[in-house]
Amino acid sequence: MSALRLAAVVLAVFTTSLALAQGDGRRSGYQEMGPALQKMQDDDTANPAMLFVQAGAAAWREKAGATGKSCADCHGDAAASMKGVAARYPAFAPEAGRPIDLEGRINLCRTTRQEAAALAPESDGLLAISAYLALQSRGQAIAPPDDPRLAALRAQGADLYKRRQGQLNLSCANCHDDNAGRKLAGVAVPQGHPTGYPIYRLEWQALGSLKRRLRNCVVGVRAEPWPYDATEYLALESHLMMRARGMTMDAPGVRP
Amino acid sequence: MANILVNAPKTAKKGEIVEIKALIMHVMETGFRPGTSGRIIPRNIIEDFTATWNGREIFRMKMSPAIAANPFVSFSAVASESGTIAFRWSGDEGFAAEHRVDITVT
Repeated sequence: MSALRLAAVVLAVFTTSLALAQGDGRRSGYQEMGPALQKMQDDDTANPAMLFVQAGAAAWREKAGATGKSCADCHGDAAASMKGVAARYPAFAPEAGRPIDLEGRINLCRTTRQEAAALAPESDGLLAISAYLALQSRGQAIAPPDDPRLAALRAQGADLYKRRQGQLNLSCANCHDDNAGRKLAGVAVPQGHPTGYPIYRLEWQALGSLKRRLRNCVVGVRAEPWPYDATEYLALESHLMMRARGMTMDAPGVRP
Repeated sequence: MANILVNAPKTAKKGEIVEIKALIMHVMETGFRPGTSGRIIPRNIIEDFTATWNGREIFRMKMSPAIAANPFVSFSAVASESGTIAFRWSGDEGFAAEHRVDITVT
């Protein structure tokens, strides 16, 4: 590697971390990682999540369902129409009469607009489209909508975040507020800001949603995980997005 | 067709050492893990990866079940002539994938 290219890489890494630094003590999972993993995430041909983005880009243009429409038929170029969208969810969906997350929005579009079958939670198809959409918000600030219809859900999320559960009797706050930055089994405990979802987690050897990550933590404290369609996840997601408001999206992320 | 990401320079100087990186989507199922039914999931891995430069082999790798899903391979080669670098992956269950990139050597 030439000295010039090395300098360019160093500069790129430096500016990325600068852009991600919030100055208010909040740190994203990206900032907790070592330089090797950060480099892996920053290189779009080394970040395995980009394989799913590639699949998502193809799915975006693929016609589906009884109406024979593709996502692109309504939304056009995702780079323009979907910019910042992933940074705003969960949001209230008037047509469903309830708040939904990004995956919920994708499936709502599929069932109502395309008249296709909903994609299963954590299926490769759903993860691919959400990774493709999340990429369009890379570098954008997390901006949860200022919507009073989300207030109850956010309150429920904030309550769940502080509620102890499981055989270990731990709440989210016990680790991610009280002990963030310290080590658990040799790995840094992050503050738990959802800046990079869906993430390619090396431990999973796969892409996974924020729900899957939350389930991991719930199982980790030896509590019974809620089913995938439970409101609890949506509540926690809404709370976490409020907690991370203004932080920079770095999706799709790589995490250990 | 499998999802593939290849990072190779489009241009190089003659005699220059270029770095080539190839990433492919594959489950790399080891053949040692039981599934939800309790039965062992059959092995499904990529066995061979080769790269050729204008038909001449420049890199070959035999993969094992110990290699993680979505294998990422990085290697270097000496840029000798303009042409096509072709990447081929083959493995269990008749898996075969190919990707080509063009490179101009000056």
